[in-house]
Amino acid sequence: MTEKLITIKDVHKEYKVENGDNVNALNGVTLDIDKNEFVCVVGPSGCGKTTLLNIIAGLETYDSGKVTMHGQPIVGPGPDRGVIFQQYALFPWMTVRKNIEYGLKFIRKPRNVESIDESGNKTVTTVLERYDTKEKHDLANRYIKMVNLTGFENSFPKALSGGMKQRVAIARGYALNSEVLLMDEPFGALDAQTRAQLQEDLLKTWETEKKTIFFITHDVDEAVLLATRVVIMSARPGQIKEIVDIDLPYPRTQATKLDPVFMKHKNYIWETVYKMYLEIPK
Amino acid sequence: MPAPVQDSQLKKKARKLKDFSDGTARTRYILMAISIIGGFALWFLITLIPTINTFLASPKQVWNALLSESAANGRYFKDISISLQRVLIGFGLAFVCSIPVSFLMGWYPKVRNLVEPWIQFMRTIPPIALIPLVILAMGLGESPKYTIIFVAAFLVMVVTIYQGVKEVDKTLVKAAYTFGASDKDLFFDIVIPASFPYILVGARLGMAASLTTLIAAELTGTTFGLGARIQGAQQFMDTSIVLLGIITIGIIGFVLDKILLLIEKKLTTWK
Ligand SMILES: Nc1ncnc2c1ncn2[C@@H]1O[C@H](COP(=O)(O)OP(=O)(O)OP(=O)(O)O)[C@@H](O)[C@H]1O
Ligand SMILES: [Mg+2]
Repeated sequence: MTEKLITIKDVHKEYKVENGDNVNALNGVTLDIDKNEFVCVVGPSGCGKTTLLNIIAGLETYDSGKVTMHGQPIVGPGPDRGVIFQQYALFPWMTVRKNIEYGLKFIRKPRNVESIDESGNKTVTTVLERYDTKEKHDLANRYIKMVNLTGFENSFPKALSGGMKQRVAIARGYALNSEVLLMDEPFGALDAQTRAQLQEDLLKTWETEKKTIFFITHDVDEAVLLATRVVIMSARPGQIKEIVDIDLPYPRTQATKLDPVFMKHKNYIWETVYKMYLEIPK
Repeated sequence: MPAPVQDSQLKKKARKLKDFSDGTARTRYILMAISIIGGFALWFLITLIPTINTFLASPKQVWNALLSESAANGRYFKDISISLQRVLIGFGLAFVCSIPVSFLMGWYPKVRNLVEPWIQFMRTIPPIALIPLVILAMGLGESPKYTIIFVAAFLVMVVTIYQGVKEVDKTLVKAAYTFGASDKDLFFDIVIPASFPYILVGARLGMAASLTTLIAAELTGTTFGLGARIQGAQQFMDTSIVLLGIITIGIIGFVLDKILLLIEKKLTTWK
């Protein structure tokens, strides 16, 4: 039983540029994302993937169309949608640990409180509480460990390599534990081994914690390995060209890449994307 | 046919990347010493020429001026302390005022549009030109000196710091918003630390501006202060005291700048 979580209906977006060469970034994009879905988006550079992600995140306005989550229009960013940015967006004056903990600063988690009134009736109420210092510390530790950055807790971002910065951004995004995770080429700057490991970690997290993930990538292998559906976008103006259902069972691992079904999807998507790439006037 | 080669490959020597660092501490100090000693030697040599010595005192004459000025009945330390006080008060007030103004300008476009034309306009006016007005308004006490220095330092600092506030990395702002930060959180947690380096650069530029306007500020009628002393000595053609004053101001500026640099290093280790 699937339940629509995010609906994107006929969204148009044009960037106004001062010299008048406005960029038509999205031209009528319609997409429904179900609860607990893992959607991967592929498409040529500049086709509007990041723009679409920013609109779902509530960080970008759009000219026409409708974007809703739980049936409510998305009017701004919120901690129900965690974002892992293409450019890391780490705070340079905070250490790795502080960066991760900062993401938790504004989150309230539910806690059940039992109280007994005068007549002895037990009532349970749910209160929303901020994480205390210890909880933030422990959560940060957990995700630092997950992205293999133990020992770098107190480093500043300037002392980290590109791949390490990206891992901090990933840890910070995961620690939010938000309902929806919006990831913009999160594994792009990583070496092949770390990338493979983080793909499996992400699959595991998604399978156990049942999140909804919107994941942009350039890597068709990665898209097919992770996604329940792969959205292929075409450029100029940005539109959805095709959506491919990936009918491969979970749990998936790197070994899934040997499956003929995987190959079939991969080849098909790769050809589609490459054909579009060749058609772009250069 | 052999593969093409570059000019630089013709000399068979290991090629090192151009070094843009300051070099090792040792060579740095040696070169600094050479530079200082060489400068003094050059100064000494040219003042041996009598025509030059009429308007440029020799190192020995300046040294004697230092001894007489700092003797028990001399006024050297009083001049220094009073000038330092003027610089620090003028600069301090300017620093305290420039921070809220530049943050308001950086944060609210309306404030920016209202204030910026005036800041840009005032910036082109040399503070010396304000002296007649300031004297008419405030008389000859200490406040006109503070005011002149304040104006000079304030304008430089506002322009620098507000650029910093405006240029806060927008992806960091986006990230903070997705975490659920309010505008107030954004201001205190992101904008202030992100503009910190600009505040420190602004402070250094403001300090330099304060010192350069010190002499002008002391034109507003005063008997004490390094600027006043320089002007007084000029009337008696006593170039040794003029030079002593100039060198003293230079040293004060150097020391104050080094202190600010040290604070900057300490506070922005993350940069
Ligand atoms: N702030 C902006 N102002 C003007 N044009 C923009 C802006 N941001 C994006 N664009 C333009 O919109 C189009 C889509 O950009 P977007 O960043 O969404 O592409 P993308 O698919 O994420 O590309 P990539 O794969 O390279 O990250 C591009 O042509 C880009 O030049
Ligand atoms: Mg992008």
